[in-house]
Amino acid sequence: MAERLLTTARAIAEAIAQEMERDERVFIMGEDIGAYGGIFGATQGLLEKFGPERVMDTPISEMGFIGAAVGAATEGMRPIAELMFVDFFGVAMDQIFNHMAKIHYMSGGNVNVPMVLMTAIGGGYSDAAQHSQCLYSLFAHTPGIKVVVPSTPYDAKGLMIQAIRDDDPVMYFFHKGIMGLGWMAPNPRATGPVPEEPYTIPFGQADVKREGSDLTILTLSLMVHRSLDAAEQLAEEGISAEVIDLRTLVPLDRATIIESVKKTHRVLIVDEDYKSFGMSGELIAIIAEEALDYLDAPPKRLAVPDVPIPYSRPLEQAVIPSVEGIVQAARELMAE
Amino acid sequence: MALSRETLLGLYEMMVKIRTFEERVAEIYYEGKQPVFNIAAGPVPGEMHLYSGQEAVAAGVCAHLRPDDPVTSTHRPHGHLIAKGVDLKRMMAEIFGKETGLCHGKGGHMHLFDPELHFGCGGIVGGGIPHAVGAALAIKKRGEDRVAVSFFGEGAANIGAFHESLNLAALWKLPAVFIVEDNLYAISVPKTASTAVRSNAERGAAYGIPAVQVDGQDVVAVYEAAGEAVERARRGEGPTLIEAVCYRFRGHFEGDPEHYLPEGTKEQWKQRDPIALLAKQLKDQGWLTDEDAQAIEERMTALIAEAEAFARESAYPPPEAALTDVFVQAESPREEQSHG
Repeated sequence: MAERLLTTARAIAEAIAQEMERDERVFIMGEDIGAYGGIFGATQGLLEKFGPERVMDTPISEMGFIGAAVGAATEGMRPIAELMFVDFFGVAMDQIFNHMAKIHYMSGGNVNVPMVLMTAIGGGYSDAAQHSQCLYSLFAHTPGIKVVVPSTPYDAKGLMIQAIRDDDPVMYFFHKGIMGLGWMAPNPRATGPVPEEPYTIPFGQADVKREGSDLTILTLSLMVHRSLDAAEQLAEEGISAEVIDLRTLVPLDRATIIESVKKTHRVLIVDEDYKSFGMSGELIAIIAEEALDYLDAPPKRLAVPDVPIPYSRPLEQAVIPSVEGIVQAARELMAE
Repeated sequence: MALSRETLLGLYEMMVKIRTFEERVAEIYYEGKQPVFNIAAGPVPGEMHLYSGQEAVAAGVCAHLRPDDPVTSTHRPHGHLIAKGVDLKRMMAEIFGKETGLCHGKGGHMHLFDPELHFGCGGIVGGGIPHAVGAALAIKKRGEDRVAVSFFGEGAANIGAFHESLNLAALWKLPAVFIVEDNLYAISVPKTASTAVRSNAERGAAYGIPAVQVDGQDVVAVYEAAGEAVERARRGEGPTLIEAVCYRFRGHFEGDPEHYLPEGTKEQWKQRDPIALLAKQLKDQGWLTDEDAQAIEERMTALIAEAEAFARESAYPPPEAALTDVFVQAESPREEQSHG
């Protein structure tokens, strides 16, 4: 029998639907998640299936409904809240980093906050500075939040089911460019095989997407796709790149990172988030702490060069890592 | 409707309990902080926001609540938690930062959580209001007759969380009661300088929520208004907003110089001490003698002394405990395995 293919958006919606069927404590709320099915399609079909009691369109009151998700979670429900774009989280940050993230700790482990907060990230389609950020590093920096950033339909489903079943607050970031939306640039990897039955992918387990021996590329989300395309080109030049999809930043699979670096002795980090004080710096610090002696060249990183995301196409393309940029950086790394 | 002797005496006793607790905490707080005040010194370090003067609000509202009714509170939470029925020993131990405390020393005076009483609070103004909305949403989804109550100050009524929460609670017709404790000042800024309406009760109309202003020094007035609001919520008829006008006798926090207070106003307010007002009413009705009052005070003092002894004798948590309770579940399954 042929494998069933789904877009990432449908894979996420299916994961949520299956968990809502399995567990009546699960419900979802957010802006335009009902009749619209989520601006990025992650909740399509849920309203028809479960009705407005469990699939709740909210007013534009992000502090209110994210805080309400926290309150419902502490009372034993398992809410999922969607807030359209990660760029919009500013108005709700207090509820996220002072309450959702800290209540379990502040209560001495006595109160749990089992909720999922999901949102869209990423640029590449000229939506400019307030609709194109990634920001996962910002949340990974704050103790108490699990940070999940899938790259494929298969992972998106398994990680979403895991997120809903997890007893901790989980932030789930899906890149618009991996959702398989008709109105985004076509991405063949946004559609892929997804088993129909529910399954989970444990957090903290990176996925080696392509094995290689000359250098390690550490990345996640849409940049996994670009790194795989780059690895293809590099192979033609005789450079063997290992591509690792981190999948979750918190918890982070340090063992797989270190193992790979010890094997290839060179590392390139590809990150669509801002460069300074974020994921790329953290990964390099971990490698320096645990495998410095194994490195044959200084680590390299490609990330947004500490500027807001610009609007105009050539400007935006200049700051978000591209396949060509990754190939070039890998070549430079090999020449060190 | 006249309240029964039993109800009034219950309210009186609760108010005395809260006052005695707060005044004893104040004394303990200054241990190790004299002659030079150092906020980090003594058995109870950190900021300390005490509830003395506002007891009628906590007692009058919580008298209608069951242990399973969720309550969210503020940076000034002791009165609400005591009125909810907390184990004073575990509460005092938490204020001392001890292992035996409600939160094993990780929360402290501003971050007290008691899951058995469905109680939470926090140090961010307005932060708990949306949590009550969420708790009420959970209650409604399950078809239970519980009620979620959120206490907050008049300062919090100017933060977006208040307005978003009232709209959500009304829109979804949730079993919630919102209590604005208007103690006239947000730290030093008077309500007249921060709030465009005279009473926050006027703001209920903006969200289609029944709202009422009560004298927060009069425990009977608070009790009656809260009773109506809680019953209304239990019947599934939606949220209510109550503004209780009250006064804090000890400043925003311990060490508050209070030079922003107009001269003589605190003394005026102290003439209307909620405990003295109720005591007079009880005595006028012949339901309380001076001896009874003294006996209640002594009983409360003994209870609190017992809690204090428990807190002092308890051990501090071991330093390595600082690294636990970030997550419920192991951080990284693979790392856990590889470390055996």
